[in-house]
Amino acid sequence: MSRPNLHRVATLLALLLVSAGLRAELQIEITAGVDKAVPIAVVPFGWAGTGAQPPQDAAAIVAADLARSGRFAPMDRKDMLQRPTTATEVDFGDWKIQATEALVIGRVVQAAADQFEIQFQVFDVLRGEQLLSYRQASNAADFRRSSHRVADLIYEKLTGIRGVFSTRIAYITAMGPAEKRIFRLIVTDADGENPRIMVESAQPIMSPAWSPDGRRIAYVSFENRRSEIYVQDLRSGSRKRISARPGVNGAPAWSPDGRQLAVSLSRQDGNLDIYTLGLDSQMLTRLTSGAAIDTEPAWSLDGQQVYYTSDATGGPQVYRVPALGGASQRVTFEGSYNARPRISPDGKQLAVVHNDRGNYRIALVDLARSSTQVLSAGRLDESPSFAPNGETLIYATREGKRGVLATVSANGRIRQRLSAVEGDVREPAWSPFPPN
Amino acid sequence: MTILKSFAALLTVALLAACAGPSKSTVDENAAAAGTQTGGAVSSGVSEGGAGQGGALGGSALGGPGAAQENRVIYFEFDRFDVKSEYNAVLQAHGKYLSANPGSKVRLEGHADERGSREYNIGLGEKRAQAVRNVLLLQGAASDQLATVSFGEERPAVTGEDEEAWALNRRVEIVYGP
Repeated sequence: MSRPNLHRVATLLALLLVSAGLRAELQIEITAGVDKAVPIAVVPFGWAGTGAQPPQDAAAIVAADLARSGRFAPMDRKDMLQRPTTATEVDFGDWKIQATEALVIGRVVQAAADQFEIQFQVFDVLRGEQLLSYRQASNAADFRRSSHRVADLIYEKLTGIRGVFSTRIAYITAMGPAEKRIFRLIVTDADGENPRIMVESAQPIMSPAWSPDGRRIAYVSFENRRSEIYVQDLRSGSRKRISARPGVNGAPAWSPDGRQLAVSLSRQDGNLDIYTLGLDSQMLTRLTSGAAIDTEPAWSLDGQQVYYTSDATGGPQVYRVPALGGASQRVTFEGSYNARPRISPDGKQLAVVHNDRGNYRIALVDLARSSTQVLSAGRLDESPSFAPNGETLIYATREGKRGVLATVSANGRIRQRLSAVEGDVREPAWSPFPPN
Repeated sequence: MTILKSFAALLTVALLAACAGPSKSTVDENAAAAGTQTGGAVSSGVSEGGAGQGGALGGSALGGPGAAQENRVIYFEFDRFDVKSEYNAVLQAHGKYLSANPGSKVRLEGHADERGSREYNIGLGEKRAQAVRNVLLLQGAASDQLATVSFGEERPAVTGEDEEAWALNRRVEIVYGP
């Protein structure tokens, strides 16, 4: 069988088998919550449509999202004294007796075969006031995502902070014995459901990075036995090789306008330096030079600066350089090891990998005051990534000998562990907000 | 045999695809097959193949494709990429072999231990491979005989979270091949 034919048959088989699906790979467990989670009741939503029930239990998805945030304690359904689905049915007295502070009710209305509307209201129980009334349209396929959107809106109304339940997480898994490892780039919903394998290989895959519009992911693949940078479209799955220059092609980071990648290249001279690479123009601009290891670039919010790791003074520290070129400036000074910067969504802090008395931990560096706050408590923590609302960071840590993911709120109070059914999980990257 | 292999590769692709979402892309099965042969451990399929054909060296176990396993791996200190003097004799032998056999080529695969950030470790692995390359150039190898690649911490030789394991993972593997 000739190779092109083999490819064609393999593609065909892949297409035939895609519907087989993949069960939830990440299991999420809250390991520390806030002292006083807000008591809330999310009443099962009513249903007006053909068939016995809506595509998914939206109220259950919303309640699980709110619980996972660590800020809310949803009431168990079996404890509910009433199950109203419209405002007129609500008796606030019943909810006050049970010390519920917020109440969510709703209905799913089917307008056409594949056209649904999640209608819901949020009430302040103590005041007996409606806080929010909204209709979220959806089709059957997106029903779960639409339910997360409902949770986002409720979360924002009650906390003043935009929710991230409808965002996604990309991460790398490595499975199997050392000589037969399978590496995968996987994208899941923020609750660990809906995992999709974007690419898999017998050689390492590294450094996933979301485009600012959340439609593409850049990553490093060793599938040709050397590092190369690819950009893959999430929806179509099609991908393009962006950089396969001699030496290291690493650490892709999207510019805020999505038109350039900052990368680390070693090229012919073997020095790892920071470059910007125009995605359409392929124009390469060198930002750093010299014998030091310069890598792990991250753009400032305005796209004017590029932060990066350099061992110019011995151990790795964070520096920044103007994105159009210019003099570099050292940014971190506390401790012997500060690497892989990620800027917070408000631009005020950097998350870094920090050596804390021999342990590699996630720390926040306040850019104005230059102070460092250690957030994690593992021995080998790495790869911090901010949620797009800045409230939470996700990072890679160890559980026994296995790589797992964990989250920590930026104030250090709320913690979760996300573990896979099998294998190592690493290099999480939190998506931007989905487009509205 | 070839057909059998092709079928096995096809089956693997199909099985892997069975777990995939609609927009997955499977990498070239040729590359994937090459990967499973070479694996990640200290022993490498390519270099073992070279060892079988390494008659040109005339029995020396220090350098060249026939070198003993322990003479094809250079180890490094933590966060360092300078080549220790204990490897002078080994690298001199490899350099001599390459100088005497201009047709032979070497891949220098740099690695790091698992501590710290991954892309920085790619940098460390690359620096280590470059350091070994520079020594081999001084010992008579030509630059077009030497290729470097860094796997950072992605391909550990051994697993384990202690200094013993880490020391075995901070290395450059000298791989003779086409």
